[in-house]
Amino acid sequence: MSVSRQKVMDAATVRRAITRIGHEILERNGGARDLILIGIKSRGAPLADRIAAAIEQVEKVKLPVGYLDITFYRDDFQTAFDQPVVQRTEILFDITGKTVVLVDDVLYTGRTIRSALDALTDLGRPRAIQLAVLIDRGHRELPIRADFVGKNIPTTANEQVDVRLKEIDKTDSVVIERGSTRKKLREGDSAVIDMDL
Amino acid sequence: MRLLIWTYNGTSQAKTRKTMGTTVKAKDGAPRKARRAAQLSSRHLLGLEGMPAEDIQLILETAVPFKEILERPIKKVPPLRGMTVVNLFYEPSTRTRISFELAEKRLSADVVSFTTSSSSVQKGETLKDTIKNIEAMKTDVVVIRHSFPGAAHYLTTCCSSIVINAGDGAHEHPTQGLLDIYTLWEKFGSLKGRTILIVGDIAHSRVARSNIFGLVTLGATVRVCGPPTLIPVDVDKLGVEVFYDLDQALAGVDAINVLRIQKERQSGALLPSLREYTLLFGLNRERLRRAGPDVVVMHPGPMNRGVEITPEVADGPQSVILSQVTNGLAVRMAVLYLLCGGGKKVNRR
Repeated sequence: MSVSRQKVMDAATVRRAITRIGHEILERNGGARDLILIGIKSRGAPLADRIAAAIEQVEKVKLPVGYLDITFYRDDFQTAFDQPVVQRTEILFDITGKTVVLVDDVLYTGRTIRSALDALTDLGRPRAIQLAVLIDRGHRELPIRADFVGKNIPTTANEQVDVRLKEIDKTDSVVIERGSTRKKLREGDSAVIDMDL
Repeated sequence: MRLLIWTYNGTSQAKTRKTMGTTVKAKDGAPRKARRAAQLSSRHLLGLEGMPAEDIQLILETAVPFKEILERPIKKVPPLRGMTVVNLFYEPSTRTRISFELAEKRLSADVVSFTTSSSSVQKGETLKDTIKNIEAMKTDVVVIRHSFPGAAHYLTTCCSSIVINAGDGAHEHPTQGLLDIYTLWEKFGSLKGRTILIVGDIAHSRVARSNIFGLVTLGATVRVCGPPTLIPVDVDKLGVEVFYDLDQALAGVDAINVLRIQKERQSGALLPSLREYTLLFGLNRERLRRAGPDVVVMHPGPMNRGVEITPEVADGPQSVILSQVTNGLAVRMAVLYLLCGGGKKVNRR
């Protein structure tokens, strides 16, 4: 099967989407009062920084930014083989009573966001939680939706959405990989391949 | 050993463990950082002997976020929900047992603790029968402390649970070794080229053995020092430098790990007297001053104050003895987390 790669966003469109999300967050919340941005690691973290910078430009307010690692809250901890390395959660302020905007790169099944909601509950009781994502690619497995979306990209399950950000990958782009035989291992898939222990 | 790991964008690639965490060159443009798989190479934690440096490093890195969790108002995360951990303690212990129990509880596991004084062991039940019976109650992980070297290893041959060694005789105490290494790693960053001195009863000390294996693997220089009767023959074959004079051994060290004089393991006349030991091998203010102001002082506990270490050193500014205890909790959480995660390793009947 041939693999086709289609670039759906470049550095300029990513920048514009982030600026727009910043404006929408301010509009929805009537300003920057009691707002907090929390990026989900890895690629939600630089996105949260950028949205904060976009908001600072318009509103001249520096919003607190935190970074959340959801590894401990994953629902596939006891079944998935590809456990990621745990990273630090860096939320150095109280979230109780604040409006938290969760930031992630791609919204897909919704399971990451479910984990993030659990993780936030353990850190305090925010007044409200909203969700901002750069890409919404559909295929939700849980009743979760985004409040702020950079770009909606209809996909099929065998496509990959490949988000790259300067801070981590040295370039800004969003690419869809089609017809890829590569498939992310999900719960329930037959798992052991090439494992001679 | 070959393992299959998955990179962040779903690319599956067969790789050897050594290449984990390297960057994968994508076809178009910039390299994208591959996601490292958080997997230990062994199913159990029996000792640090032979444990690859990558495994030790993974445990250290995983302990960092757990330490952050200990500072939160809600010190609990859910990964081990629904799993049952049995703590089998055939030897007395406060620190290690409480530390393991708390680590398990903070990972949301169900915890059963067992001490020999109040169990059927008093009625003559063998270790094998005990574990078989406990396992018949559907448990997942066993943490064992036993006075016989190899007890943890023996358990892996007769039960299907994940086994964690919490100290087996004079053999190994891997989580203590790991928490000592974590404490040093936190202080120094890398352990390469650092010189760590272990003082005391090396012959009877499982803490010393686990420290030596782990530290040597990570590239540190390890010195041991003690009276000749308490230094095993051929200990230099483990890659350590041997000293019989504390003042010589102290020159140029970065950290000193003071071991407890284990009165319960001194069956023969190995020491003329505790007073002589204190005089020759006790760490006091004067010796520490000569060693230098940046030297880190550690002790695995419980301390015999005034025997191997003087109170003003134990409570002084160079001592990290209490952070060792905090780190122990984070390290044990990391070990449990890493051993229990991921696929069919957990025995679910």
